[in-house]
Amino acid sequence: MKKTHQGLLAVIGMAVGATAFATASPAHDVDWGAYQIGDLRSGYTYATAETRAIQDDDFANPAMIRVDSGEALWNKVEGEVGKSCAECHGDASDSMRGVATSYPKYDGALGKLKNIEQQINACRTEQMKADAWKYESSELLSMTVYVRHQSRGMPISVAIDGPAAPYFEKGKEFYYQRRGLLDMSCANCHVDNAGGIIRANTLSQGQTTGFPVYRLKWQKVGSTHRRFRGCNKQVRSTPYAYGSDEYLNLELFVAWRGRGLLVETPAIRN
Amino acid sequence: MAKAKARVKAPKTVAKGEVFQVKTLISHKMETGQRKDKAGEKIPRMIINSFVCKYNGEQVFACDWHPSISANPYTAFYLKASKSGTLDFIWTDDEGSVFEKSADITVT
Repeated sequence: MKKTHQGLLAVIGMAVGATAFATASPAHDVDWGAYQIGDLRSGYTYATAETRAIQDDDFANPAMIRVDSGEALWNKVEGEVGKSCAECHGDASDSMRGVATSYPKYDGALGKLKNIEQQINACRTEQMKADAWKYESSELLSMTVYVRHQSRGMPISVAIDGPAAPYFEKGKEFYYQRRGLLDMSCANCHVDNAGGIIRANTLSQGQTTGFPVYRLKWQKVGSTHRRFRGCNKQVRSTPYAYGSDEYLNLELFVAWRGRGLLVETPAIRN
Repeated sequence: MAKAKARVKAPKTVAKGEVFQVKTLISHKMETGQRKDKAGEKIPRMIINSFVCKYNGEQVFACDWHPSISANPYTAFYLKASKSGTLDFIWTDDEGSVFEKSADITVT
């Protein structure tokens, strides 16, 4: 009696295991154009047609408001020095073009990786003598969106050699490390089961090309680190802090995974 | 007083009697009143409850919004003009804040 019971449980267990990752990928013969390079696919290609339509129309894209407010902040004089971003960097469409493709990158003075958010705050505290913006604040999100937006349409090409190499390796280790109560790594979803369904959602490859991204679930724009924290919580693991070294290393590894894909900031995701 | 940024897109010139599209988007948190904060207290409802579009002072489009409208609401609608004038867009939220934007249209 006991034996049959256990056997039954095992069968149920397998059935759940199979349906949790039932593959229902959109047709492979769709031509995604610049959103796909070989096996690499932007999150855009996993989104529904309705979500893609919002991203395709710059007017309907609610994150474009962030681009506008980022531009206003770019020209705003702040801090003791009395400078704005524009006074050093001039026209962002020139000076910031291509920036998003190379971050996060190794910073010799810091002795570790630095992402765009931290570079913005470094400029503020060192050059402008202004207060740093809080991670995930509306100002920092707007400025990050504005800076990254200038590289829209350019391919991601982060440096993983030289001084960045050890950080890249740590990021890679993090990515494949199982964690949390569910004992899952990033790769379990985004490498092994990209295109599959997890409960009601389609899993993507977890590319960061469109970040900071407007998530319909969030009803606002959020950073890569917010996304990382959300993923970590979902596998019942304790998330790391915004801007932590762990997430910086991971950000570099994830950016490298999408090398060649085009920057889409600000993208729309579900 | 809440702050909101509105964007409006309407053609600058239209032919007389031509049907044209007007697109609007406004940044607003649209708090539904259904959510609770960390202390378990209800977060009060704060949504834009009315959107009106006037042409030369005369109302040509209006709608009432309810709590299921998303944050940063986007609205597109169609109009037809017989003479040149100004479109005024007016959003009003639960606090009584009024957000306005206008666009000029020339009929050729």
